[in-house]
Amino acid sequence: MTYIKNRLRRTMMFVPGNNPAMVKDAGIYGADSIMLDLEDAVSLTEKDAARMLVFNAIKTVDFGGAEIVVRINGQDTPFYDEDVKAMVRAGVDVIRLPKTESADMIQKLVTDIENVEKEYGVEKGSIGVMAAIESAKGVLNTPEIATATPLMMGLAVSGEDYTADMHTHRYPDGRELEFARNMVLQAARAADVYAFDTVFSNMNDTEGFYRETRYIYELGYDGKSLVNPRQIPMVNEVFNPSKEEIENAMAVQNAISEAKAKGSGVISMNGKMVDKPVVEKANRVIETAKASNLIDEEGNYIGK
Amino acid sequence: MEIKTTGVAGTLESSDIQIMISKGDDGIQIDLDSEVIKAYGDQIKKVITDTLEKYGIDNAKVKAVDKGALDCVIAARTLAAAQRATETSDRPELGVLQ
Repeated sequence: MTYIKNRLRRTMMFVPGNNPAMVKDAGIYGADSIMLDLEDAVSLTEKDAARMLVFNAIKTVDFGGAEIVVRINGQDTPFYDEDVKAMVRAGVDVIRLPKTESADMIQKLVTDIENVEKEYGVEKGSIGVMAAIESAKGVLNTPEIATATPLMMGLAVSGEDYTADMHTHRYPDGRELEFARNMVLQAARAADVYAFDTVFSNMNDTEGFYRETRYIYELGYDGKSLVNPRQIPMVNEVFNPSKEEIENAMAVQNAISEAKAKGSGVISMNGKMVDKPVVEKANRVIETAKASNLIDEEGNYIGK
Repeated sequence: MEIKTTGVAGTLESSDIQIMISKGDDGIQIDLDSEVIKAYGDQIKKVITDTLEKYGIDNAKVKAVDKGALDCVIAARTLAAAQRATETSDRPELGVLQ
């Protein structure tokens, strides 16, 4: 597997790294990214065993084309070095660093990855990194973290740790996360990397989950972290473009090819000028629609 | 590799296998408990033996309780137990798994 900078990442599903049943089935639910966890989901006494299990799973289990992300243990733990070594050797797509607070931490990770790549003959730059933002300091430093390396895949807000650091906890309306969410998103967009929202752990509150997912979608997030596969279709439902949006995007693309054929510099659609942001938005809608099998090769709508 | 203590890894949950390794002096002796022992017993024992030999253990008593683990899980749990038994868990020998 090799890291691809740009791909569809609506859903990032957390999977405990020491649970063989969940690891082996992780690929069947259609998550865009699977995040195998060596950190909080694994007890201190099982770190060695989880690392071996995840290493072997990456090498042998079919994850159905999902991107494989591994959350390693933090740089302040005795497990960090071996985690990096094992994941580089396993050929993971992306390494996620928990509790990221500075560009230095990301640069250290990249250097450590490069050293292992060199030692084991792994192609340089074949593994991406992402930063979990879990503290006030991390949030304030997101601009430097997001631009710390060309290998940066994205930033993720981690709501539980962040709210604890802010002397609050999570509330259903999410107001306590407002600043962090906007800051992370702003930094990610400015650096041209992805932005992921935190998990929503109350599985019984479906309405609350939809509300939060719609909210972060409206803000402009690329995807959401999940703890339960049941949430995958719910997120996709919110993130997938509607039939009208797709038809509109197709019309924009048609207008462009028409204008090109005519040799006309100015593109108009229904009497309105089509400028660059409109074109980019339309391209994004079509890409998502294709990836979600909402349109066929010719661009006909085949969704529900 | 010298076995210094009894090393256990893995759980009794579905799709896992629990491996316990202790000192032995007559090759690798495996006591396997599995619901699929008729169909897969030989294969499970082979993965355990291969992993231990690759790691450099030629004599050991192994007690294995299988709950339907895949080969990649069996090998990972065997190595984890072996490194715990040899008190070398801080230096994981991932080359054994490749």
